[in-house]
Amino acid sequence: MPKLKSLDDLKKLREEAQRDIRVRLDTGTKITVGMGTCGIAAGARETMHAILEELKKRDIEAHVTTVGCIGMCAVEPLVDIEQAGGARITYGRVKADMVPRLIEEHLVNGRVVEDWVVGRIEK
Amino acid sequence: MRELALHILDVLQNAREAGATRVELTVEEDPTEDRLVIEVRDNGKGMDRQTVRKALDPFFTTRKTRHVGLGLPLFAAAAQQCGGGLEIDSEPGRGTRIRAVFRLGHIDRAPLGNVAATILSFLLGEPACDLVYTHRCADRIFHLDTREVRRELGPVPLSHPAVREWLESYIEEGEQAVRGLASESP
Repeated sequence: MPKLKSLDDLKKLREEAQRDIRVRLDTGTKITVGMGTCGIAAGARETMHAILEELKKRDIEAHVTTVGCIGMCAVEPLVDIEQAGGARITYGRVKADMVPRLIEEHLVNGRVVEDWVVGRIEK
Repeated sequence: MRELALHILDVLQNAREAGATRVELTVEEDPTEDRLVIEVRDNGKGMDRQTVRKALDPFFTTRKTRHVGLGLPLFAAAAQQCGGGLEIDSEPGRGTRIRAVFRLGHIDRAPLGNVAATILSFLLGEPACDLVYTHRCADRIFHLDTREVRRELGPVPLSHPAVREWLESYIEEGEQAVRGLASESP
């Protein structure tokens, strides 16, 4: 049976993470998931979980956060990807099973998945 | 919504939007009284009496991006259809308390669902907000206070990948322990 988690784990985690933080640079990649009522109802929590899992699997650094409703309720879940120096792309109707392709194409290959884009802000 | 944890996430997000820096979430399952209570209490800006009266109107919202506010009405409807109800207690400058009561064994009660994913999604949002979570089921209890977690972590943020992973596991284990035998509707 695996050892149960406790707050004591955090001391060790802190030591390891502090070493990590010193060498880690700001990723410049920010992923924002819409988490208003409309997003939640459409599956945004699962989309966010899939994003975190995919980033972990691929060992990709990115700042992942949430935002409230921006008024495009019909195309939730919405996922914004913004990379330093690049356009801010808003993807719509992003279900959890679409996340692997999104991460691979946009973050790994540097190619926007145009079919899924619902908004764009150029730098 | 298909899980009560999704309603909880929605109410937690409301608290953040109201400027809360600390939210207390309590889930109490009482099999002997056949009752489930979910309470969210925040230290945000609060609502005046008029806003509280309108808060359960699906066509009322304080947001500017849309013309409906479905979160609380849906949560209230979910509680009412399970023999319970939802009450709001709020005052400007005093924060807000949302309390939803369900009949625990009601056939239409949605499962509590993935509380770990809900809490993690909330904690990764901005601006940062602390969460004090207590889940009681019969004589079992699980408690998480992110202020204690932040104290132990020092400068390491909750968003650090290893911390996220730890939090998710810690909450999942705690939830499994407190729920013990399944209390969910089939």
